[in-house]
Amino acid sequence: MVYTQSPLAIGLFVFFVVFVLGLSFYLARRTTSAAGYYAAGGNIHWFVNGIAFAGDYLSAASFLGICGMIATAGFDGWMYAIGYLAGWMVALFLVAEPMKRLGKFTFTDALDSKFNSKAIQLMAAISTLAVSVFYLIPQMVGAGVLVQPLLGMPHWVGVCIVGIVVTIIVATAGMASTTYVQFFKGALLLICSTIVVIALLTRGLGTSPDQGGTKDYHQFQTLQAVVAADGALQVAGYDVVAGPESKFGEAGFVKLTQNGTETIWKLKENASGYELAETLFVTKMADGTKTYNGAAKEDGKFFAVGHIKEITVDGKSVASTGSIGPLAYLSRFKDSTVVLWGKKYIMDGANKITIYYQKPTPGSRILRPGLKFKVDNATGTQKFNFISLMLALFCGTAALPHILIRYYTVPSQAAARKSTIVAIAAIGFFYILTLYLGLGAMTNGVINLTDNNMSAPLLALSFGVILFAVISSLAFATVLGTVSGLIVASAGAIAHDLMDNFLGMNMTEKGKVMAGKISAMVIGCIAIYLGIIFEGMNVSFLVGWAFAVAASANLPAILMLLFWKKTTAQGVAASILVGLTTALGLILVSPDMWVRYGLLPQDAPVAFNSPAAISIPASFIALVLVSLLTQKKGVAVEDAANA
Amino acid sequence: MGHGPAVKLGRDDAANYKTRLGVWMFILYTLVYAGFVVINAVNPGLMQKVILGQTLAVVYGFGLIVFAFVLAIIYNQLCNAAEKRMNQ
Repeated sequence: MVYTQSPLAIGLFVFFVVFVLGLSFYLARRTTSAAGYYAAGGNIHWFVNGIAFAGDYLSAASFLGICGMIATAGFDGWMYAIGYLAGWMVALFLVAEPMKRLGKFTFTDALDSKFNSKAIQLMAAISTLAVSVFYLIPQMVGAGVLVQPLLGMPHWVGVCIVGIVVTIIVATAGMASTTYVQFFKGALLLICSTIVVIALLTRGLGTSPDQGGTKDYHQFQTLQAVVAADGALQVAGYDVVAGPESKFGEAGFVKLTQNGTETIWKLKENASGYELAETLFVTKMADGTKTYNGAAKEDGKFFAVGHIKEITVDGKSVASTGSIGPLAYLSRFKDSTVVLWGKKYIMDGANKITIYYQKPTPGSRILRPGLKFKVDNATGTQKFNFISLMLALFCGTAALPHILIRYYTVPSQAAARKSTIVAIAAIGFFYILTLYLGLGAMTNGVINLTDNNMSAPLLALSFGVILFAVISSLAFATVLGTVSGLIVASAGAIAHDLMDNFLGMNMTEKGKVMAGKISAMVIGCIAIYLGIIFEGMNVSFLVGWAFAVAASANLPAILMLLFWKKTTAQGVAASILVGLTTALGLILVSPDMWVRYGLLPQDAPVAFNSPAAISIPASFIALVLVSLLTQKKGVAVEDAANA
Repeated sequence: MGHGPAVKLGRDDAANYKTRLGVWMFILYTLVYAGFVVINAVNPGLMQKVILGQTLAVVYGFGLIVFAFVLAIIYNQLCNAAEKRMNQ
């Protein structure tokens, strides 16, 4: 996929990122002098805090990942949005007020205040580190994809830029991503997305998405092939290189040449022989070089895709709907036939060919689950995988340290409640927008099949370069903010919790700062490395893993601490250990990781990708069992409701 | 990172009531959410049925988002009332 860069977009991007960074620095300095971020935060208005929650939460993952997944897999991508939002109900109803009453807002603080236990210090630090690193991966991958169309640089450069900039910021100055910056980013993201959706509805649905007349869509061809008397396949104007009897034919494709250019076509039998439909393909040669549709990447032969085959309004086929309301948009979409893209791998000698082929699909099939997660005629394992993912999304939010800490910044329980409601309203509204953004990308010819993460910004690009630049810059600035926060948290876990508290290393003040900076740099390097190797994976999927790890390691401990009087220090430590190791272990042997190791997914020891349905119950069981066994020795926790 | 409470909170007599209310509302929302997950896992074809001009999946999805918001508002109103009533 090649993108052309616009100086305007680059200029706006640099301006926005510098502006947001400058604002963060300015406010961070100001709040430091005003007795610290947390105390100063005690006066923040609940509405500002609520939108800031949304700014924190709608990171690269929500915006890029969910839209990208909806654009290629329809409703299944939106399932993530539904799960993420449902997670807020756990935070509102079970965690927010009891935690506020406890007067502690981070996981480690709450545990520390109840038990002064070495084992807990160690476990809490390791868990913070693991959750932060897992949450770093999707952020880094998101940063990598953002710079490709904007600045014309490869993925790894984007990852390195973010990694290096953030590590320098953290290691030299230290940066607190403040509430007002998150408020500003959250509000702008909501406004810009609303504008794109309004523009999308004004454009309506059409069968030839020319991006408002600015860019012609590639018209995919179909050819007619006949079988000659000798059984050979004949296509007018083309020579058949690999026919139905070849390896290509077995997979349902044929390879043709015309004027020396090779093309691959999808076979479909019809009355007079075969109908051939154009495909897109990436060839990876033995030496690692890749060609796109048989040409170098720069030749631009690998088209952006996404179109509707047929729109039916009141039983009649139309070319476009014109301006249309939000409900009518979904309803017309449901009655249309949309071309989705399937993917197949073929080994041709030493070349590995990835073929993307057209798959016309009824809109009503797209607006229901099942295109990504196999639920129709699914095996028990596939159903388990799906349920497990929905459980992880539901339980993950309330276990994320950077979300819980925001309850610190409001003055009262009532304000904590109200800001959560503002957050739910803002995030819920945004997730409704994502459905339109995703479906819009699916039908407006903007999808890059090799990496769907950029679908939403590229949809914005089809409405003008300014919207595109603003939205990409906001997403990028969000990545910077989130990554800084996560690196500070992980460096704190190593330098403060592990080295200082747990190991009891008597370091001077200078030594502690040095330890923190070195930890930040090491974690920065790890984050860069992980961001590069996970390229091309949907960021929302990666966030799903982070949620599973957070929910398994932290949620049972948080909930039981608040609601079960018999919880003991040993029980909490055991729960974190079991939850963390089970979740991590299952992820490392999952089919999707097997692909990352360069192996075949079907050879993985476990058949599912989502560990939550095993690791969360395991963590609960460990907590209850160990707590019951250590009743006399342990310190019982008071019920938070009576505290 | 050691830091004490940001705000001194007074005695709150409504705490027990609010905790119980929170648990019940959590259970209610969880059941509706679980219903969505179970239909998808057990009978996904049902999600393609058209209700009110949209597929059931879209109606249920929008429903879950709106229901979350409505439930949150009700919870807030009940908590406010309880705080007023009990913390005289």
